[in-house]
Parts: sequence; C-alpha cells; structure tokens
Amino acid sequence: MDERTAGSPVASVEAVFREERGRLLAALVRRFGDLDLAEEVTSEAVEAALARWPVEGVPPSPGGWLVTTARRKAVDRLRRDQVLATRLALLRVEAERAGPVPAAEAGAGGELPDERLLLFFTCAHPALAAEDRAALTLHCLAGLTTPEVARTFLVRPATMAKRITRAKRKIREARIPFRVPGADEWPERLPGVLQVVYSIFTEGYAASAGPHLQRLDLAEEAIRLARILRRLLPREREVAGLLGLVLLVHARRGARTGPEGEPVLLHEQDRARWDRPMIQEGLGLVPVALTGGPPGPYGVQAAIAALHDEAPSLEATDWPQVVALYDVLLALAPSPVVALNRAVAVAMRDGPRAGLALLDELAGEPLLRDHHPYPAARADLLHRLGRHAEAAESYREALDLAGTEPERALLRRRLEAARRRER
Amino acid sequence: MKYMLLIMADAVDENGGAAGCSVEDWVAYDKQVREAGIFVSGESLADLVTATTVRVGQDGGRIVTDGPFAESRELLGGFYVIDVPDLDAALDWAARCPGARDGAVVVRPVAGFGG
Repeated sequence: MDERTAGSPVASVEAVFREERGRLLAALVRRFGDLDLAEEVTSEAVEAALARWPVEGVPPSPGGWLVTTARRKAVDRLRRDQVLATRLALLRVEAERAGPVPAAEAGAGGELPDERLLLFFTCAHPALAAEDRAALTLHCLAGLTTPEVARTFLVRPATMAKRITRAKRKIREARIPFRVPGADEWPERLPGVLQVVYSIFTEGYAASAGPHLQRLDLAEEAIRLARILRRLLPREREVAGLLGLVLLVHARRGARTGPEGEPVLLHEQDRARWDRPMIQEGLGLVPVALTGGPPGPYGVQAAIAALHDEAPSLEATDWPQVVALYDVLLALAPSPVVALNRAVAVAMRDGPRAGLALLDELAGEPLLRDHHPYPAARADLLHRLGRHAEAAESYREALDLAGTEPERALLRRRLEAARRRER
Repeated sequence: MKYMLLIMADAVDENGGAAGCSVEDWVAYDKQVREAGIFVSGESLADLVTATTVRVGQDGGRIVTDGPFAESRELLGGFYVIDVPDLDAALDWAARCPGARDGAVVVRPVAGFGG
C-alpha cells in the first residue's frame, strides 16, 4: 500500500512535515494570497529540507528555515512570471481595500505564526461544493496528497485531482478570500468548519460504502483536525464539543467490529475493549463544552456519547438522561435522524412499545426513506415485542438499503433469527 | 473585482413584480448600493411576456420567436454589477438584496482581472 519504507530517516522526516506542511502552507497563503503558488513553494521547500537536513543537520529554527526558503522560491517565481505577479499585485490592492491586514508575520528566526484557521475557513467556504470542502481540508490541512485523499474517499486519483482543481479554481477565479471571518459572521461560518471535520469523521466511523465498516484512518485524520482546531480556538465551546464527541465515539472502535469485520451493536460490545485513556480525554472536554453559555449541538452529542462510555452496561446506562439530552438536541438542531435516535433511547427507558410508537410517527420522513438504521431499529423493537413477521419485513427493508457488506451480513443474521421465531 | 448579481424571481404577480417585495425595499437597496461606491451598472427587466428570442441559423437566416416563457420557477428579473474586493463582500450584498428574500440571487464573477 505505502511504498515509502517505514522507519527510514526520510519517512520519519516526512511524518514530521505532515503537520508542518499545513502551517507552512497557511503562512504562505496569508503572505501571497494564492493557494497554487503557496502549494508549489511549500512542496519545494519541503523537498529542499528533505535533501539537505539529513546531510547538513536540522537548522535551529526548522519552521523559520522552511518559511524563508519557501518565500524566496515564491519571489523567484514571481520575478519569472509577470502575469502571476501582476495578478497578485492586484489582489494585494483589493485586499487593502477590503480592510487592514492584521500584522502576523514571523519574526526573524521566530516561530511560524499559525495561520491555519484562515485556511480552515477558506476550505470550508459555503460557496464550495460540500464534498470538495472535505477533500480540500484533508489536502491542505491534514497534509494528505491527492492520491491519499482519493483513497480515503474511495475514488480514483484522477477524479479527486479534478475535484481539488475545480475547488481551487473557484477559490481563485471567484476570489473566495483567505481570511478569518469577522465576529458578526462567526456564528454562521464556524459551524461550517466543524461540519467539514465531523463529516470526515462520520465517513470514517461508519463508511457509507465499501467492504469495511470502519475506516479508521479517516476517523483519525478527523481527530487530528479537531485537535488543531481546539488548539487554535481554545475558547470556542463547540470546538471542545466536537473534539470530545469524536474522541468519545472513536474510543469504542476496538469493540465495534468482530473478528470477521462484522458490526457489533452497542449492547453486545465488550466494554473492556473501549479505549479508556481516550474516554478520559473526551470526558474532560464535555464540561468545557457545556458550561459558560447555552449548549451547542456538538457539546450535547458529546454529553450523550459520554453517558454511553461511562455506563458499565447497556441496561445500566442513564437512559432518562440520554432522552433528556436528545430533547435538547432536537430543539437545537431538529432532524429526523436525531428523532430516530431519541426514539431508540425512549424504547430503552420506557420499553419497546413506547419507542415503536415514536418510530411510527417518523414514517414517511423523506430523510429516513433511504436510511437503513430506521427500518433496522423498527425491526429490533418489533422483534422484542414478539411481532416476528413484521420484524422480518423491516429487516428485509433495512437489508435493501444498507451500504457496507458487514452491515448487510449482520442484518441477514437478524432477519434469519426473526424468520426462525416466525415459524 | 466585478460581480454580477443575477436576481432570480421566484414568482411573478399580476403586475410583473416579484411577490412580497415592496418598492420601498428596492429603492432603499438601490440607494445603498450607489452610496457604497460599488455600483457599476444595474437594470430591472420588463415582464417576460415582452421577451423575444433571436437565433441565427446555419444558413445565416434569422429565427425570431416569442418568449421564452418561464419553464422553471426561477427567472431573471434584473441584475446589478458591483465592484467589491472579494466573494464574501459580493455575497453580503447579494444577501441584502430584496430579491434574495423572495427568490434567489446568483452571484457570478465577471471574467477578467479586476480591470
């Protein structure tokens, strides 16, 4: 899969650069206002470092060395390319018209200023297609190459290259600005950034297609991105909520699949295999997310995940509290998927009949029509009520909608169980 | 950078104006655009029933037809060309346009470098 020889000095230097690359790229985008130019000189500077550091030794300020090298290369390029220089000069004039440019340049030999927030906002700009936002964020901020991004999305590298090129072209030609939105736009724009990171996580956590149920690499990239955001925005409670949520969910990864890669549902999971240090880290973020103001949707979801992670068993879970938190979440961000999860929690609190009544109210919701957890949840409750024929019918419905093979295998087994009881 | 704001009306009432938008709203918006110093040009279009389509065929002959008539729910009712620093500024002006409340405003950069 990976052609680089693991453990070689070059590989370890490259691993270090994956984090540095995003910082360097952001600083250069900030300086030159052009993503393509910034990307080219970032790559050239990293290549130069890979060639020279193993021989000459790592310079005292690696970040400063990289940014100086990259800037020199950019200036060389602008001298050679007058069209580009003219365009960037125009951009500069326009940027000055737009408002004062905050002074955030690296001091001589100092640490590279962290401009990645600006890049997060540009990559998550609502004027870009939703699927391109996630790809661009992985590419620019997680430091994934285009073929790596393609692999995470299960598309051909050429297809992904086209998508990334299209997004960059729109940024350049429609002039999507490289800037952190002002305070007045913040409430509208920050959720967009969080949504991109969360969508990368959910695609990793519950892959929508393919042979595997979980794609841990993608989930781990999302956690890395959430950690960067948390460092950049320590005062934003929803960022703490997002990081808490992804950690508390990811902590269960070892128990979510069985030896054959089949999904293991929450009530059958071996809770001893949950990642306790990760749970502890996540639990520490929940109070941060929930205090100091009204809760946001990520904070509430983190709190729900925390209740599951803290419970010794499914039965011992604080279901009244889970239902109460789903009520809060429904008020904050109404969605039929949240209503579905709430109904399942109500079934745990009050019994299957109560849960089924709530699920039936959701029948005909367009967003649930192709959502296999809906018929699967109905089937489980019907099964528990002894209505095996109806349960089998609902399992069949779920089976028609499920996307990954392990999920389908699990549903087939449950369907078989319902059929046996039917006879 | 110049952007064209294409004002797409959702529904047209008896008088040809977009439903729900008051004349005062449009007058106020027009004044804001001009006073902000970003106005390049802008027009409101007459009702679609007055539209005529011209095509020139391969033989060089003109084909003139009545219409087009609204096939989609959204039709072009007018436009502004504004000169602002970036897309975010253009989107802000589009969001303030009364046409965005009753229908939609499509924001398109004018091709070329600033000029």
